[in-house]
Amino acid sequence: MFEPSESQRLIRETARNYAQGSLTRIASELDREARFPAAQLGELAELGLMGINVPEAYGGAAAGAVAHALAMKEIAQGCASTAVTMGVNNMVAETICRFGTDAQKKRYVPEITSGRFVAASFALSEAQSGSDAGALRTTARRDGSGFVLNGSKQWITSGDRAGVLIVWARTEQSAAKPAKGISAFLVEGGAKGLHAGRHEDKMGLRASSTVPLTLEDVRVPATALLGNVGDGFRIALSALDGGRIGIASQAIGIASAALEESLQYAKDRRTFGQPIANHQAIRFMLADVATELEAARLLVLRAAAFKEAERPFTREASMAKVFATEKANHACDVAVQIHGGYGYVSEFAAERHYRDVRVTTIYEGTSEVQRFVIAREALK
Amino acid sequence: MQIDLSEEQRLLRDTCREFADKELRPNAKKWDREHRFPAEAVKKLFELGLGGVAVPSEWGGAGMDNVSYALAIEEISRGCASTGVTLSVNNSLYCDPIAKYGTDGQKESFLTPYARGEKLGCFGLTEPQAGSDAAEQRTTAVRKGDSYLINGTKNWITNGPVADAIVLFTMTDLSKGTKGITCFVVETKTPGFVRQKADEKLGICASPSCTIFFENMEVPISQRLGQEGDGFKIAMSTLDGGRIGIGAQAIGIGRAAFEEARDYSKIRKTFDIPIFQHQAIQFMLADMATALDAARLLVLRAAWLKDQGKRHTRESSMAKLFASEAANRVADKAVQIHGGMGYSKELDVERHFRDARITEIYEGTSEIQRLVISNLLLK
Amino acid sequence: MDFSITEEQRQLVETARKFTRERIIPVAQKLDEHGTFPIDICKEGWELGLMNVEIPSEYGGLGLSCLDHVLMMEEINYGCAGIGTTLAGNNLACMPLLLGGSEEQKRHYLGMLTEAPIFAAYACSEPDAGSDVAGMRTTVRKVGDEYVMTGQKRWITNGGYASWYSVFGRIGDPKDRHKGVTCFVVPRDLPGVSVGKKEDKLGQRASNTTDVLFEEVKLTRKNLVGGEGEGFKIAMKTFDRSRPWIAAGATGIMRRALDESRRYALERKAFGQPIAQFQAIQFMLAEMAMKYEATRLLMLKAAWSIGEGRIDAIESSYAKAFGADSAMAVATDAVQIFGGYGYTKEYPVEKLMRDAKLLQIYEGTSQIQRMVIARNLLAQGA
Repeated sequence: MFEPSESQRLIRETARNYAQGSLTRIASELDREARFPAAQLGELAELGLMGINVPEAYGGAAAGAVAHALAMKEIAQGCASTAVTMGVNNMVAETICRFGTDAQKKRYVPEITSGRFVAASFALSEAQSGSDAGALRTTARRDGSGFVLNGSKQWITSGDRAGVLIVWARTEQSAAKPAKGISAFLVEGGAKGLHAGRHEDKMGLRASSTVPLTLEDVRVPATALLGNVGDGFRIALSALDGGRIGIASQAIGIASAALEESLQYAKDRRTFGQPIANHQAIRFMLADVATELEAARLLVLRAAAFKEAERPFTREASMAKVFATEKANHACDVAVQIHGGYGYVSEFAAERHYRDVRVTTIYEGTSEVQRFVIAREALK
Repeated sequence: MQIDLSEEQRLLRDTCREFADKELRPNAKKWDREHRFPAEAVKKLFELGLGGVAVPSEWGGAGMDNVSYALAIEEISRGCASTGVTLSVNNSLYCDPIAKYGTDGQKESFLTPYARGEKLGCFGLTEPQAGSDAAEQRTTAVRKGDSYLINGTKNWITNGPVADAIVLFTMTDLSKGTKGITCFVVETKTPGFVRQKADEKLGICASPSCTIFFENMEVPISQRLGQEGDGFKIAMSTLDGGRIGIGAQAIGIGRAAFEEARDYSKIRKTFDIPIFQHQAIQFMLADMATALDAARLLVLRAAWLKDQGKRHTRESSMAKLFASEAANRVADKAVQIHGGMGYSKELDVERHFRDARITEIYEGTSEIQRLVISNLLLK
Repeated sequence: MDFSITEEQRQLVETARKFTRERIIPVAQKLDEHGTFPIDICKEGWELGLMNVEIPSEYGGLGLSCLDHVLMMEEINYGCAGIGTTLAGNNLACMPLLLGGSEEQKRHYLGMLTEAPIFAAYACSEPDAGSDVAGMRTTVRKVGDEYVMTGQKRWITNGGYASWYSVFGRIGDPKDRHKGVTCFVVPRDLPGVSVGKKEDKLGQRASNTTDVLFEEVKLTRKNLVGGEGEGFKIAMKTFDRSRPWIAAGATGIMRRALDESRRYALERKAFGQPIAQFQAIQFMLAEMAMKYEATRLLMLKAAWSIGEGRIDAIESSYAKAFGADSAMAVATDAVQIFGGYGYTKEYPVEKLMRDAKLLQIYEGTSQIQRMVIARNLLAQGA
């Protein structure tokens, strides 16, 4: 009932070995230099982690949503920036597989899973529309058989590195049903008129790339349309439900690293003649964090299992995300507290975890949006 | 990874849910108020096989797994938390240690009738000066020929006033600390077993508990569970299972409170709209639902590990700690959503609020759970 | 800035503390158990001047300030919050008259309370309108120069014992929300006034909480408090002045919880030492003490502002919301420190927990306080 299958276990071990072997050693350097982990992403592609829930025909591992969640957690435990980049790549590959034509799948997905595209992007958010995707303003105007895209996007992970971007734009202005007029397009990196702006100077996840994009008369052919005209909102929501599981897993990964380090530090550090691990005040904090992370892990696995079984999982994904990300923030806060002054300086990883984890309650739907979704489902 | 319940588990859950809706929920308030043990309802539940859900059928049990057991306790407790703990004590704290450590002879006399639900058991570990800290036992058992003479006091004994037998912990050697603890199973009609009046409590008022004095109570050696000095091990492994039951009970209480608050929020209006349309209320409900789901997953996972025959001390403690604290938060918010009506004895929520409180205390306080968890983490 | 209290205040506190120790604590549990109204204690409290403290001296009261009142109330609530609520009931009933009543009304109705140990009650809440005062349904029909009131009031403290009520009803259309709300002073013995069911409550069981029914009650201008349509303003101003009292209830409960817990933690042993030696317990006690102190400061600040005539709704709400939530948390922790004993009626902490819960509900729920606070904060920014 609660046990991973053999193939899930294999993916988890692969991810864990790589994270513990390579990533943890370089994570603080990547963070300090705000260096995009291009080499690491290539290695992850070689390990088969860029299309975990993607059919083998397109170079994926076809291991399912649970395996994806398990891998995300392990990679995030090593380096949260690398994990979020990997997570977005997987999300884009999955979304193209789910909604794309054969030609689209053949063209783009193997590029992502093989690592030939170092990254892929999910260009939904705008300056004035974050969790509220229905308010987006980028336009797609018909022009002959194709479309011309204009507008700007905000907070786009890997936006300047992506080989392919899914860009959401408005094909119809409809004041009554704003979500109706949104469509999704596959835009190639380097397309004429697509410009990436300055890197955001972020508090955490500094090794991941986050940029604004401007689209100035970006021309795309009709074949760039993902799904049908007007499907965009539905595609975004379905991708985000899955994405929430990914972010919840990422949060648990970061928090697990913080917990491990707290346990080690509590055994090493001495006050009043004994290791601080002997003080109940410290022990109880650790017990609470471990308990909360276990509960979070189970919520995430349940949501992933529902997704894998093709059952509705909106409620489960939102529960997993709000709970895991908030408890993960608590775990990282505790880690800094237990480390005392050392938790506040970059010599120890606790400080980085504290910064990295903060965004998890914000992106892919804030905690408030998750609560809104859960309450709506509960009151149905 | 497969999270669905089996057909058998689902069936038991649905049976218990239906029973709770029909027999328990309409009466729980009355039993609480009158401090009345719901003997009839307990009898009917026993007839459904809930005396020993996870006890093998050869010893009179239902022969199901611990996941089923946890599901059953949640459903029953949703209807009546007192009835939930009555069953939990008979299953986890009484039947379980005998099934695990008893001889065939002991099982025949002390397990079968209890698992079948013809009789009711209780568990005697806590003493006035030894609650969650079991090593402080002061009840003594002195060997005299083929029997032991037992003297001492146990308190907060759930089911104590109505039980037919007790799994009893004593000191056979005070100098050895936890290694001097020895366990017996004793019928309550044994001379020297003296019950005191029932405790008056904040909640679970339909679950009778009392202090018991043992005055030169003579118990034959054949009723010793395990060897001399095995008691602490028996107690700890029993509590690992018991905590699953209390975790499940807490979720049942929390769920009852949550469901009532959810329904009330649709009816009650303020500022001209139903209160569920206020975000402050929505977010409370969202947090309540999330906490209960997380708690249930922890409890079922611990039960599942027990079914696999794996060590589950840490998981049971996590499940009990989290579920009990979640249930209290949920019940508190349920009262809050009800406003003044939540404070009134006319509705059930104030009872859930009182009933939830004990789950953070008995079978090891939250603090003890944190000790258990952190000890294992820091090993 | 001066945090000391005056000699008069010290004496008042001493009197209240002695009364609490000798007369309230010994009987609190029994009154709670049976839900018995503390009539004798009220009579004695009245004699000692613990009951109508904020009534000005020209109407026979003590004319004390809100600050004096909360200092005294903390002491009473230390012994029993149910009795604390009962003793405070008259002050609440009087507040609308003090704010909007005529000289004649004040002389007559406030005088009644200071001449004999009797009760009055504030009647605002209804079955479907609690914290949302503007949603009330009690109607007042104008017939010539007279008024006819019909409605049902709920959660009325001292409702079954009151000789008169300050009642809020609506003149006009319910759609007008707060605009038509009007306050009246209504003697209990008028035809059509009756006391409904008594609530069986989770906590504060010694306090009497009932429905009060008004069926076609004929009133005149002599009963009108303030002008027509001024009731909502009067009710809100009353809350501004009464919410610090709830904070006093909270400080009383918290100080008691802290005292009991400290004593028990030093006595009770686990793992071979008093549980007070464990950091987990020490930190809980520290947390409880901080919550008590912080509430007390918020309460004193709000009460002091009222005395200075600088009444600010936000300060009263800070004290009430923070105090009520803190008291609930502190009482819950006290039960936890006592373990199994905390769950029984043998020790006073389970009662503290039940009593505390009401603080988060009456006089505007904790949620309403946050609305008030947010509204005031956002208005400041505009």
